[in-house]
Amino acid sequence: MTPVTLILIALGLGLAGWLAGRAKAWSFQKDESVKRLTARPNYHGWYVAIWIALPVILFAAFWSIASPQLVNMSVLASSAAEQLPETSFQRDVIMSEASAVASGRATAVFNPDARALIEPFREAMSRYNMIGLVLSLLIAFVGGAWAFLRIKPDFTARTRVERVIMGVLLLASLVAILTTFGIFASLVVEAFRFFTSVSPIDFLFGTFWGPDPMSNAENPDGSRYGAIPLFWGTIFIGAIIAMIVAIPLGLMSAIYLTQYANPRVRAWLKPALEILAGVPTVVYGYFAALTVAPAIRDAAVAVGISNASSESALAAGLVMGVMIIPFVSSMADDSIAAVPSAMRDGSLAMGATTSETIKRVLVPAALPGIVAGVMLAISRAIGETMIVVMAAGAAAKLTANPFEAMTTVTFQIVAMLTGENSADHPATLSAYALGFVLFIVTLGLNFIALRVVKRFREAYE
Amino acid sequence: MTVIHSGLDATDPKMRASDVSVYYGDKKAIDNISIDIPSKYVTAFIGPSGCGKSTFLRALNRMNDTIPSARVEGTIELDNEDIYASGMDVVYLRARVGMVFQKPNPFPKSIYENIAYGPKIHGLADGKEQLDEIVETSLRRAGLWEEVKDRLQDSGTALSGGQQQRLCIARAIAVDPEVILMDEPCSALDPIATAKIEELIDELSGRYAIVIVTHSMQQAARVSQRTAFFHLGKMVEYGKTSDIFTNPIEQRTKDYITGRYG
Repeated sequence: MTPVTLILIALGLGLAGWLAGRAKAWSFQKDESVKRLTARPNYHGWYVAIWIALPVILFAAFWSIASPQLVNMSVLASSAAEQLPETSFQRDVIMSEASAVASGRATAVFNPDARALIEPFREAMSRYNMIGLVLSLLIAFVGGAWAFLRIKPDFTARTRVERVIMGVLLLASLVAILTTFGIFASLVVEAFRFFTSVSPIDFLFGTFWGPDPMSNAENPDGSRYGAIPLFWGTIFIGAIIAMIVAIPLGLMSAIYLTQYANPRVRAWLKPALEILAGVPTVVYGYFAALTVAPAIRDAAVAVGISNASSESALAAGLVMGVMIIPFVSSMADDSIAAVPSAMRDGSLAMGATTSETIKRVLVPAALPGIVAGVMLAISRAIGETMIVVMAAGAAAKLTANPFEAMTTVTFQIVAMLTGENSADHPATLSAYALGFVLFIVTLGLNFIALRVVKRFREAYE
Repeated sequence: MTVIHSGLDATDPKMRASDVSVYYGDKKAIDNISIDIPSKYVTAFIGPSGCGKSTFLRALNRMNDTIPSARVEGTIELDNEDIYASGMDVVYLRARVGMVFQKPNPFPKSIYENIAYGPKIHGLADGKEQLDEIVETSLRRAGLWEEVKDRLQDSGTALSGGQQQRLCIARAIAVDPEVILMDEPCSALDPIATAKIEELIDELSGRYAIVIVTHSMQQAARVSQRTAFFHLGKMVEYGKTSDIFTNPIEQRTKDYITGRYG
């Protein structure tokens, strides 16, 4: 009995409840003495259906967790389990093998000990399946009967159904938030493990990055975990080079689209720009690594910069900037469009030209929104991974020369987690600390940006 | 249809519209209107909603240009110069024909910067002192100086609705226009603020040609010397305000003024 079957049963019984509840409500409507139902018959039907289906679905969720435990316990208590080895690890392997065969997920067992357990497993499973089925039917019946009996002409079924719908929607929105909290918690735990072996001072202010995964894990050298070069590389590529490209281009394209483009041009240019945001970043990465980076190196060498590297901060930053243009442009577009047209008319009526109006009225009025867009773009850029992995190089260098290879926080997270390193080594754990810092910074940027946008909206509404 | 111009001395028209029609796409919003706007008077456009009076007003300083589908036929002249001629500079035209909108629309800048905006873009002031002077004169003429002289650096949007509208009038005055168009300037204001604006219009009328669109017939009667009655995109009657309100010639004008429709 899988949870899916239970849920199907729940839905089937729910349908029956719906029909029954509705029929009962209809019968009231035919009754002469009843003036008016407080809710339409459909709502009464839904009320009964919810009382049947929801408890059963909740029970199915609970049962899908509880029943395997109960099965295991009953198998362990059986006589066949007496000759099982004492070590819990071996025992678990045998148990899971037997259970896999019993439930039909596997056809044969490796371990002869497991063979004896298959039959007890089958028995326990069918027993608990039966129990689960009976319990669900019981729950469905009790819930349905209770709801059905409550249906009266003046019963406020509609508000109750609405409340359930609201609850379901609330739950859906909580999933994303709770996931964020979960991510945060797991990052905190792992980062804390890292900081027990490497001091946060060394990590946050050290200027040399060179974790050695082969070193002694018990006593790491804190001076090899200085993340400043990574922070610098991230800021240099994501917040400086990329923004030098993205801010002017994004802003200008937004101004063109909102103020100059005629509707026909706008109708295809704006979606085209937004498609740019949907291109997988790995594709940008190819472009940066195969086309832009060599071109930049050749150009740099041609003008006499001899130490230009074939992987460079400039290549990654430029391509990242192009990738970010749609973000800046679309936020700026929205905020310029949100400036009341009365402002624009007022300025034009003063005899200002379109460009004077844009420069002196529209952009200043839209500035908070534009700034917020830029901050969101920065947070996106510094969290970007693929382009820097492919084009920026791996050298943790503290330099302001854009032709040199650099590395970023995201690159090092990838490098530390994908190696052959032991999962408990500080070099691996440092990835979580880096992720933690990145998470805090981007969260902060987004938070500030959203606050600014909110205040901006209030100013015009 | 002949438009009745009752008892008007045709001397000294500031603006002259001849056979003007305005289209939005295929829809004709203004049908063949001819009118002389006298200088140094207040001319009121009245008529029911959707009769085209605002559209016509916006044709007078080419603000309809901002609407892509709008198209104007006929000629409109300012001092005998066709404003729709290809050589006409819209920027210069709008500096000469200023506009005040229905809802106060101060820029999100300081009071000072709101007034200084026009003089700055048109290069009317040589240096800070002259600019200060223009700002003060404009605010004085708009009757706002005493209320705001101590807080010129405060945001223009922080003023009350009536003050904002007077700020917009001061802003229009600051570029020293010849004509001021007002599109229902009091419709978003309370009676006290309205009274102040009307008083202001009265004071300004000796200096500028003012055209005001209004829904309030009392307002038209109070502030204007000339009144044009619009209906369904046509101008039905145009004459001295006193004549229109006491002795209209057209039956439709009479019906509207006595409140039978509109």
